[in-house]
Amino acid sequence: MPLLQTDKTPVPTPDHKRYFIEKLGLTERLMERCLGEALSAGGDYADLYFESVTSTSLGIDESLVKSASQGISVGCGIRVLSGERTGYAYTDDLSSARLLRAARTAALIASGPAKQPIAGFRHTSDKPTLYPITGATADAEIATKLLLIQRADRAARDFDPRITQVRAGFNDELRRILVAASDGTFASDTQPLARLNIFVIAHDATADNGAGSTTRGTSGGGGRVTLDYFEGAHSPEHFAREAARTAILQLNAIAAPAGEMPVVLGPGWPGVLLHEAVGHGLEADFNRKKTSAFAGLIGQKVASEKVTVVDNGRMPNRRGSINVDDEGNPTQETVLIENGILRGYLSDKLSSRLMGAPNTGSGRRESYHHIPMPRMTNTYMLSGTDQPEDIIKSVQRGLYAVNFGGGQVDITNGKFVFSASEAYLIEDGRVTQPVKGATLIGSGPEALKFVSMVGNDLALDEGIGTCGKNGQSVPVGVGMPTTKLDRMTVGGTG
Amino acid sequence: MPTKTAAAADLQQLASDVLARALRAGATDAEAVVYEGDEFSTLVRLGQVETLKESGSRAVGLRVFIASGKAQRTASTSSSDFSRESIDRLVEGAVTLARITSEDPFAGLPEASDFGQHDAAAQHLYFDDVNQQPPADRIRIAREVEAAAMAFDTRIQNSGGGDFDTASSHKILMNSRGFTGEFRRSYCGFSAQPIAHDTDGKMQRDYWYSAARSTRLLEDPVAIGQEAARRTLQRLGARQVRTQQAPVVFSPEIARSIVGNIFDAANGDAIYRHASFFAGMLGERVAGENVTVIDDGTMVFDHKGNLKTGGFGTAPFDGEGLPTRRTVLIEHGILRSYVTNTYTARKLGLARSTGNAARSLAGNPGIGAGNFFLQPGTQPPEQIIADVKSGLYVTETMGFGVNLVTGDYSQGASGMWIENGELAYPVEEITIAGNLKDMYRNISAIGNDLVFRTASAAPTLRIDGMTIAGS
Repeated sequence: MPLLQTDKTPVPTPDHKRYFIEKLGLTERLMERCLGEALSAGGDYADLYFESVTSTSLGIDESLVKSASQGISVGCGIRVLSGERTGYAYTDDLSSARLLRAARTAALIASGPAKQPIAGFRHTSDKPTLYPITGATADAEIATKLLLIQRADRAARDFDPRITQVRAGFNDELRRILVAASDGTFASDTQPLARLNIFVIAHDATADNGAGSTTRGTSGGGGRVTLDYFEGAHSPEHFAREAARTAILQLNAIAAPAGEMPVVLGPGWPGVLLHEAVGHGLEADFNRKKTSAFAGLIGQKVASEKVTVVDNGRMPNRRGSINVDDEGNPTQETVLIENGILRGYLSDKLSSRLMGAPNTGSGRRESYHHIPMPRMTNTYMLSGTDQPEDIIKSVQRGLYAVNFGGGQVDITNGKFVFSASEAYLIEDGRVTQPVKGATLIGSGPEALKFVSMVGNDLALDEGIGTCGKNGQSVPVGVGMPTTKLDRMTVGGTG
Repeated sequence: MPTKTAAAADLQQLASDVLARALRAGATDAEAVVYEGDEFSTLVRLGQVETLKESGSRAVGLRVFIASGKAQRTASTSSSDFSRESIDRLVEGAVTLARITSEDPFAGLPEASDFGQHDAAAQHLYFDDVNQQPPADRIRIAREVEAAAMAFDTRIQNSGGGDFDTASSHKILMNSRGFTGEFRRSYCGFSAQPIAHDTDGKMQRDYWYSAARSTRLLEDPVAIGQEAARRTLQRLGARQVRTQQAPVVFSPEIARSIVGNIFDAANGDAIYRHASFFAGMLGERVAGENVTVIDDGTMVFDHKGNLKTGGFGTAPFDGEGLPTRRTVLIEHGILRSYVTNTYTARKLGLARSTGNAARSLAGNPGIGAGNFFLQPGTQPPEQIIADVKSGLYVTETMGFGVNLVTGDYSQGASGMWIENGELAYPVEEITIAGNLKDMYRNISAIGNDLVFRTASAAPTLRIDGMTIAGS
């Protein structure tokens, strides 16, 4: 990979970068020296990933504010690519001595003559940002956040006297990143992220035909937003009532059915199906290594023609959105499946170079401790033309699942699961009784071939998703319209 | 990158400075934790080194309390930056935050009389050979384990790789009521993840591993690679079975997670808020007569050559400075004890904590297991399988379908179908479901094959009455 020479014309330093230059005392000269050191044993490419995260967490429990914490983490990860090889080292000490030492450690992956140190960065002007730029948490904001969780606590308790326990938490962070690479990349971003969570317990001694019943309900939401987001449609009351409603509903839920049957998924968070069934299997690293059940299927039919799935990192304020990925590339909207045909993979710098495929800006990492890899952002299915009511009406006997816990996939054999937390029986075209939680299982390259109806009501989730891959967690979003799968295996006991 | 380990005295000095400053800033009690760690990992794929990672990191965490009458307010802060300015912010931030929290009569450090610790050296938790091993040797083992898996059978043509990881950490805990403790721990391990192909092109993967506190106790890479290959090949040609009720035999790896749910259900935090099906069940029967479940944070294992190593769940003291201990959770089916930290013990009106406080850098302490296990029975695992006429042998579960409030259990599963006492063919894309309350009572066989490959362990076990959903 050629090392890119750029002119030295000074450009105004955008705000994101200023933090690292002014506050942490880093200079472009030092970064160039580190990259030079990183390529001192050869290698095709090197990058520096500086990260500074400040986070706050507040929790209310039994109507008492029992927890409050703040954390600061600052560090730099240095990577060297040499063919298919990756060398990596990080340091939480940003002194030039420690940075250079980390660079020398990462350099050990390569064994060849030194590459020329780079001679200047390509400063990109910051794109219109997808989310507000906020400063570090102000004390005044703490009071507002406290009020949010106190309101959630009250609203959940007021919803129904059978709500016996309420726990609510507010977590937010401000993540600043700067990526400087030997290909001239010099990009930075400031990424706010906030989330409100509610957990409730409901108890009714007379429920379940007098046997008594205790159930749980959870809800939450947020995104890359400022605090005013949590008013109106996303108020603490909205989330609290939602958690309380699910817990109360479960008090008299019957056993979920067992076996293969038609399944209708509600709009929004059930999109976790797409994340597991196809999303992970389309990450380029698995396909480059041919360890994914989707390897070699580009251009082939992997879903019903009613199915179009995209991954879109550019939706304003979404939890899964980022202006640039953790390799400094702008994010984009990538079509994964178009009318049932597999169109493309999600790739990072390493995968796109080795596969000769476009870089989709999908290189993400949990923190400076981690090597970036292809990841999803916001993954969703586009709306179809069916009315949601008609979809329900079309089912004789089946399951209507509107909310889920988590999901998981084995990308090699394609088998995936996702666990319903709110679901109902459909009997003779009508939604009838609520059923207990159950896990649904299917095969990624097959499941979406059974999609027979797609609603016109695409919705994204409320902003609660965290995706884990190879031990790294990153925030993501999912979405889908009301969708009918003609058959899926439902893991109940009834 | 191997950091030069800061002298233990420097880290102790930092902890003690942070405490003194917190008290000066208005805290009535404080607790500091200082952590330092090194990690190395390498992945070899198809014989080539694919990644090589080596680094060190450190962090400091502070928890402060402000007393008001008999109640206390509390907050915590953490930082990976040890600069003077950052430590100032750590201290001021914690005290400022604490002032906005609620007074809670149950909050606060343990009583000074409860503190204590085992001799860390006698627990054999740290072996310097893990750090001294040359990277070239680690890469060689990763290469060997993968190569052994790939060479095992021609149906294995691809691989997720062979890896080798090491980690060592140094933790210091200090509080204003006089507790100071510190210990180091080491870890090393390797694994292989082969991929096998069917004649029709379908793929399966599985893995196997070895992990230890000392490099001297790592198993033979060839044997581990071959075992990974066997596990992977066994899955080829897997199919669904029809929906039915049948006995389910859990392999030790999966039995461990079923038994692990007992720890979660007995977690004092879930108990006091009635968010567990074990709430209010102390002294009651919650499992069959054959079930005894123990948490032991003090276990030390004897090996050949007079070598001793502490378990992966062993530590001299817990996250609050209480000595770790052995707690019998279930004795012959009767629930005997919950597992708690100081806060939840107080909430439950118990005399003292069970020493299960788990301290992360920030936040209130949680509750974590030591070495957690189900006592083995007498039957060899082969016998348990041989006794099943028609049923499922589970080697993997997937998903998040475990509800500890209701006990409802529904997970994706794969494994082998048992016919007339023999493993007949592989199955996948099925679910197993039941309720943990019933499942623990319906454990009809427990194997004699208890092996501590991780901090928690369980022998093979059989559970009757579960629903298998398939085609």
